[in-house]
Amino acid sequence: MSMNYDAAVAAYEPTLGLEVHVELNTNSKMFCSCSTEFGAEPNTQTCPVCLGLPGSLPVVNGKAIESTILIGLALNCSIAPFSRFARKNYFYPDMPKNFQTSQFDEPICINGYLDVEIETDEGAKTFRVDIERVHMEEDTGKSLHVGGSTGRIHGAEYSLLDYNRAGIPLVEIVTRIVPGTGKYAPQVARAYVTELRDILRSLGVSDVKMEQGSLRCDANVSIAPISSGKLGTRSETKNVNSLRSVERAVAGEIERQANRLESGERIIQETRHFLEESGQTRPGRSKETAEDYRYFPEPDLVPVTPDADWIEELRKTLPEKPSLRRKRLQEEWNVPAKEMESMVNAELLDVVEETVKLGADATRARSWWLGEVSRLANEKEVAPTSLITAPQVAEVIALIAGGELTDKLARQVVEGVINGEGTPREVIDKRGLKVVSDDSALMVAIEAAIAAQPDTAERIRGGNIPAAGALIGAVMKATGGQADAAKVRELLLKHLGQG
Amino acid sequence: MTNIYSTAAQMSAALATKEVSSVDLTQQHLDRIAKVDGDVHAFLHVDTDGALAQAEAADKLRAAGGAISPLAGVPLALKDVLAQKGIPTTCGSKMLENWRPPYDSTVVTKLKAAGVVILGKTNMDEFAMGSSTENSAYGPTHNPWDLDRIPGGSGGGSSAALAAFEAPLAIGTDTGGSIRQPAAVTGTVGVKPTYGGVSRFGLVAFSSSLDQAGPCARTVLDTALLHEVIAGYDERDSTSINQAVPDVVAAAKRHDVKGMKIGVVKELGGDGFQAGVSQRFQEALDILVANGAEIVEVSCPNFEYALAAYYLIAPSEASSNLARFDSMRYGIRIGDDGTVGAEEVMRATRHLGFGPEVKRRIILGTYALSSGFYDAYYGSAQKVRTLIKRDYERAFESVDVLVSPTCPTTAFKIGEKADDPLAMYLNDIATIPVNMAGIGGMSLPCGLAPEDNLPVGFQIMSPVMQDDRMYRVGGTLEAALVSKWGAPLLSADTKLAVK
Amino acid sequence: MAAISRDEVAHLARLSRIEMSDAELDHMASELDVILGAVARVQEVAANDIPPTSHAIALHNVFRADVVKPSLTPEESLSGAPATEGPRFKVPQILGETE
Repeated sequence: MSMNYDAAVAAYEPTLGLEVHVELNTNSKMFCSCSTEFGAEPNTQTCPVCLGLPGSLPVVNGKAIESTILIGLALNCSIAPFSRFARKNYFYPDMPKNFQTSQFDEPICINGYLDVEIETDEGAKTFRVDIERVHMEEDTGKSLHVGGSTGRIHGAEYSLLDYNRAGIPLVEIVTRIVPGTGKYAPQVARAYVTELRDILRSLGVSDVKMEQGSLRCDANVSIAPISSGKLGTRSETKNVNSLRSVERAVAGEIERQANRLESGERIIQETRHFLEESGQTRPGRSKETAEDYRYFPEPDLVPVTPDADWIEELRKTLPEKPSLRRKRLQEEWNVPAKEMESMVNAELLDVVEETVKLGADATRARSWWLGEVSRLANEKEVAPTSLITAPQVAEVIALIAGGELTDKLARQVVEGVINGEGTPREVIDKRGLKVVSDDSALMVAIEAAIAAQPDTAERIRGGNIPAAGALIGAVMKATGGQADAAKVRELLLKHLGQG
Repeated sequence: MTNIYSTAAQMSAALATKEVSSVDLTQQHLDRIAKVDGDVHAFLHVDTDGALAQAEAADKLRAAGGAISPLAGVPLALKDVLAQKGIPTTCGSKMLENWRPPYDSTVVTKLKAAGVVILGKTNMDEFAMGSSTENSAYGPTHNPWDLDRIPGGSGGGSSAALAAFEAPLAIGTDTGGSIRQPAAVTGTVGVKPTYGGVSRFGLVAFSSSLDQAGPCARTVLDTALLHEVIAGYDERDSTSINQAVPDVVAAAKRHDVKGMKIGVVKELGGDGFQAGVSQRFQEALDILVANGAEIVEVSCPNFEYALAAYYLIAPSEASSNLARFDSMRYGIRIGDDGTVGAEEVMRATRHLGFGPEVKRRIILGTYALSSGFYDAYYGSAQKVRTLIKRDYERAFESVDVLVSPTCPTTAFKIGEKADDPLAMYLNDIATIPVNMAGIGGMSLPCGLAPEDNLPVGFQIMSPVMQDDRMYRVGGTLEAALVSKWGAPLLSADTKLAVK
Repeated sequence: MAAISRDEVAHLARLSRIEMSDAELDHMASELDVILGAVARVQEVAANDIPPTSHAIALHNVFRADVVKPSLTPEESLSGAPATEGPRFKVPQILGETE
């Protein structure tokens, strides 16, 4: 009797709205000079300002303003010539002042858009997601619930607060409602957050790590009967911690709401929480008795009025749009879409591009970074780019191309570089990894192999080419693997009259 | 002979010639406090050891012959609304009983850097809300002229300490008159500098857009000397003005108003003002004319709305500023028996931790900011603020300073207006417009009202960052009055109730 | 302006997290009524074409360089706390949902 997703979207038209919170990666907090470093001991990055001690006053981090303007520009927004901070008043123990310094009716960026492309039944299709506003605010502290079960709020006996995160700059990016996505609402939501994440990463303004909470998404979903021309009551799903979850949460909400309407119930305007395990949402606080936040202009901070020159200067620094860059690189490198995606997901696109710019072949650059280097990085549980640089990888690839290294030797060189034995050249010298390419030296080894296995040599002379494998193996063994196998084969066959 | 009845300038001179040591001078004041403060109750905390240590340090510095501030070694009383590291800072509230800030306010940092000796913290209306110091959770302060009367408020502790010769210098804060009104009713001098002229960092906020710390003393010159020490740009206060401090000391010493145009604000006098207050005010005007100033009447028609606008803006900002007092991070905590939640503990703590006037203003401010009422109340009040600023701007086009009586009456009896908030609010009718516009204001004594022999205050208002003008007029008037009276209003011979 | 009711005051007291007895609510309601009656005067002159003033002095673009400076020590940060456990502030159980 329950309606599945396909049935739900056959009967109802979903409408999306997305709110994304991004923690900026500034060195210091939004309104004070405490460090923002992740993972510090509790309450070691706190001061009178971010603890909200009586008498303390905020001062705006200029870098945070700059980052927010960059985000606005990248999202095609207008930058407001006059914007202001406002206090959002509500009580919560993780919020030291019991108001959040945010922006209300005068946000810094307004009226932008982001085009996202998804695969539909009719092929690739672009959806335009309109951005209503981009505004600045501050993060809250973190609470730990003690007693009761598993750190949840309910049943906890008391709570412990750490304010290291309090005051870290947050940017909130709010879309207008996205109509007309039909059954593709979940994919559009995912594509939007993905594209947004890539843009933020390309701007270098945030770590954009959903799992660490530096990028958080709230999905607003409503549904209405198809062709009704109406908007349904929306729910707001929080706690969506991965791109896949964004897609699942939207689909799950559409299905849940459809089933409620089918069974004659109404949709309640509420906050819901996404449950990673089941892909379902559970109800949170009802918003029907909406909090009255009593916003008013923050008297301790003065208005932000960026002049046109500053904005234009920032606009000039905008990097190429990630989606366009991916398309361009995919064409230049002639790689399949899947490969492109793996590079993007592994965050290796930049370094591969740099390696190619240094003269390396695109295919080889990609396979070294995604292959051997990534494997070693996984073993060490670090980022591939922390192990070896693009110039070093480019040098190794050049040595292979020049015949000075075989793939096998190259792997040893890379290992040496990673172990800190020096540059590729130095590793080659220290380890004596040079390819044996001197024909006369090889010939000595080949003749020795023939002398050792005269029967095999006779069979090759008689035209049994596959038998050459045994002699090639012997030569490679004798040269300690430093010979180029193809070269050995060529010389051997020629010597036995088969070349 | 330098003693507690001397001016700060005289003490400074005596310290410079080593006629007296700072330790000696400080001990004299500590002895005086021990003798009279049981009756006056100007102090909430006397830092005997700290003060003597600071005095000793000042003496050593002087002995070493280093460059030294004129006020080094001179004792001072600090209003308990300014944070001083490690010293109790209660704001006259039970909420902050025993709270010791882990940091210094900028005013305290500057006082310490100048070698000024901080004797202790003075009593005040709770969180600076009041005009009589009766709203202190620690009991009222008594006016040294008549112990049954109020010393003004909110900074009644600072003004009473000066009038009772417990300190030659004091720091006050002025949101709607809390420096000037206490100065007026105790026969002392108090200055509210231009908003942004003295840093608010470490000043526990009542109403952020109106609060301003300032100097208090028994003479205009002493006030100027202290002004010079505490004023100046502070990067920790976003509303601090980044300009040179006007030369207030030179202005105070000038004793010349020839050619100055002085505007008498028509709306700040007449009906509702005590006869003796009007009489002494008029006599002071005559003296200024005799000294070569031109007096003109000026109309500021919107001042009649200032009181109403103030009692919307100040409580609105206060409702937000005081939200942080929730017992989670500092201050007292009530009702945490392990069975109730944080919200309930907050409610119980704020119920018992705040006094009636503070609660009244929080509720009023919460109302004025709520959705549905914002435009009618807070929004309208901000428009009135614009009108008041315009009135001042227009007036200052034709005059150098504006003047009025500081308060409508002399000091009233303790308890007289306790049950009538509106009557109490009327005390600030002449001082509030200054805060609304952010300009400078001074109150200095202009005699005793004939009907009750209590001090009358003369208010001088000067344009933004032209604070030197009020010192010039105040210094001239003071010199003429002292020469007319044959002695300062406050001297060893004054018939105070405290002997 | 309509008189302010006890229920309205109770709502404001809830918003501002102040416990109040019925007697206190009644008293507050009557006082607020008088005060609001007096301060409502601001509406007489608050015409549409008058811009609001939020700051006494019109400054703008006051920014700080993005430089880390020393924080308080955890001991200093926790020094005023009514209760602590290890390096954290200890507070009564938090009921309801987080923002």
